[in-house]
Amino acid sequence: MTGDSYRERVRSALAGGWRFGALYATADCGRVRALLVDPSGETRLETVPVEGGAVPSLVDLAPAAGWDEREAHDLYDIDFAGHEPLRPLVDHDLDLSRWTVPVRGDDTYQVAAGPVHAGVIESGHFRFHVVGDRILHLDARLFYKHRGLEKAAEGSALEAGLAYACRACGACAVTNGVAYALACEAARGLRSGRELARIRTVLLELERIWSHLNDIAAACAGTGLAAGNNRFAELTERARRLNAVLTGHRFLFGSVRVGGSDLALDADTVRVARTELALLREDATSGWRELSFNASFQDRLPDIGIVDAYDVRRLGTVGPAARAAGVAEDVRSLAPELAYEDFRPVTPKRAIGDVQARVEQRALELWQSLDILERLLDRPIAPAAAERGWPEAEIGVGRVESPRGATACIVERSGDRVERLHLRTGSYANWPSVAHAAAGDLFPDFPLINKSFELCYACPDR
Amino acid sequence: MLTLLRDLRRLRRSLALPSPDRGRSLAIRHVDAGSCNACEHELTLTSSPYYDLQRFGLGIVASPRHADVLLVTGPVTTRMREPLLVAYNAMPEPRRVAALGDCALGCNLVGTASEFVGSVDAILPVDLRIPGCPPTPDAIAEALLGLIDSDHDGQKPSRRRR
Repeated sequence: MTGDSYRERVRSALAGGWRFGALYATADCGRVRALLVDPSGETRLETVPVEGGAVPSLVDLAPAAGWDEREAHDLYDIDFAGHEPLRPLVDHDLDLSRWTVPVRGDDTYQVAAGPVHAGVIESGHFRFHVVGDRILHLDARLFYKHRGLEKAAEGSALEAGLAYACRACGACAVTNGVAYALACEAARGLRSGRELARIRTVLLELERIWSHLNDIAAACAGTGLAAGNNRFAELTERARRLNAVLTGHRFLFGSVRVGGSDLALDADTVRVARTELALLREDATSGWRELSFNASFQDRLPDIGIVDAYDVRRLGTVGPAARAAGVAEDVRSLAPELAYEDFRPVTPKRAIGDVQARVEQRALELWQSLDILERLLDRPIAPAAAERGWPEAEIGVGRVESPRGATACIVERSGDRVERLHLRTGSYANWPSVAHAAAGDLFPDFPLINKSFELCYACPDR
Repeated sequence: MLTLLRDLRRLRRSLALPSPDRGRSLAIRHVDAGSCNACEHELTLTSSPYYDLQRFGLGIVASPRHADVLLVTGPVTTRMREPLLVAYNAMPEPRRVAALGDCALGCNLVGTASEFVGSVDAILPVDLRIPGCPPTPDAIAEALLGLIDSDHDGQKPSRRRR
């Protein structure tokens, strides 16, 4: 297992259509593992031992590994030979020249924004390199909210480790929880079974519905359309109230567990849910129609913040942002442990990866999620347990499509304890794309471009 | 557009939110000191039609210079300690600090202890505690309105400096 053969294996896998999925250092800092994902959803880990404090970099083969390698360097002190310059990511270096890309020329200057922003926004720092109103380059510095969740999970029982994955992010609590549970169950040789798959899929789609409604509201806020923002904020509120009716929590906290589910919904509750979801569909449809014909809203959206299909491949963009660029990939179409029978990813008509396409993508996926829930909520829900399915393993991988894209959770265990937890969420994958999308556009358009991705800061920060 | 406005007007009528019985206001500056983002999502909805906190004169402002209240979410991470203090020190007096959510109150923190400074009251004088994981928009609204009322009762806001 030398460095050369590691690179060779990754290179040939990528050439064969596999995609980069994640990269992390093991708990003892002795190995680095890269997660690769096949177009059919199959996953595999390529491992390389750390020799002399370094491993070969993959960043020339898969630019999407850039953040992962920088993170492993900062947190696990591993060098990546060939990754030049290896800029700090999690470490906050005071020396600007260490962590920003130098931009020089006549009249270039920098605009620093954050970590505290002017509104109800998570903490993160953006450094814009601009000429006049034109953004030349953007360096994002996150990890202000680094809470050491992965480290804290080490040594806890597999069941208890769930809290660290769920608490990474309130907006992706179900996604992260299900990804963690699937990883633990894969390591233990358990399969979901039909009922458990159905329950988890219902929870995941409930999360996506409030999240996408919130994203459309945010896009309205980004264009200053108060009426649209209020309409979709109202629908977001109703979706969260429905969550509380179904699970006792507006963000569905506590509804996922490892090895099974305790959720029970009787026929009456399921009927209430179906009725409310039908009303939500009606009102969201009417609200979306209004937005479609609103010139002051629509005129702001096209042709800005472009991440096209080529960028998606290169940067490893996932989720609605990738599909809005015409790359119809979705973990839901490859999820045997969840109940997404015959799922087909949708893409907008004008899939050029601009703000307009990403906003429209949310609406298209909203109708899709409502369809899925209508199909799955056809009978009461009863507690269910995972079933024995395949041989046990030391490492388990769980992949789930979050509202923001593919989320991978990797659990290495020793017995019933977590040895290493690694969580790479859709937001983590997409932050470099936000910086790329902003380049070349006007500074006042950045809030709207940013909102068209509407990424979390909490789950990449962990 | 007309349909949007008509629907909102209908919703407004059906909710029949009481109008404020007094004309006062609080300008709020929000700082996320390391939250999981759930508190932010609930705080955002306090301005939605169901709660409409602006009708009480409660609004989020874009600078600590304009703020009466510093509303802090999340356990304070080591990296957010400094930005939080900068925001606090930029506020005019009298000023208040509100800790929003269980993490900000130091309850049930999840993570590596060395990454946290601790709860908000470890570094700032906290005047208002809003528990919940996350607190609902209702709870947030009620607590903030209570802060207006307590100010009205003649209690002196904190003047402690750091």
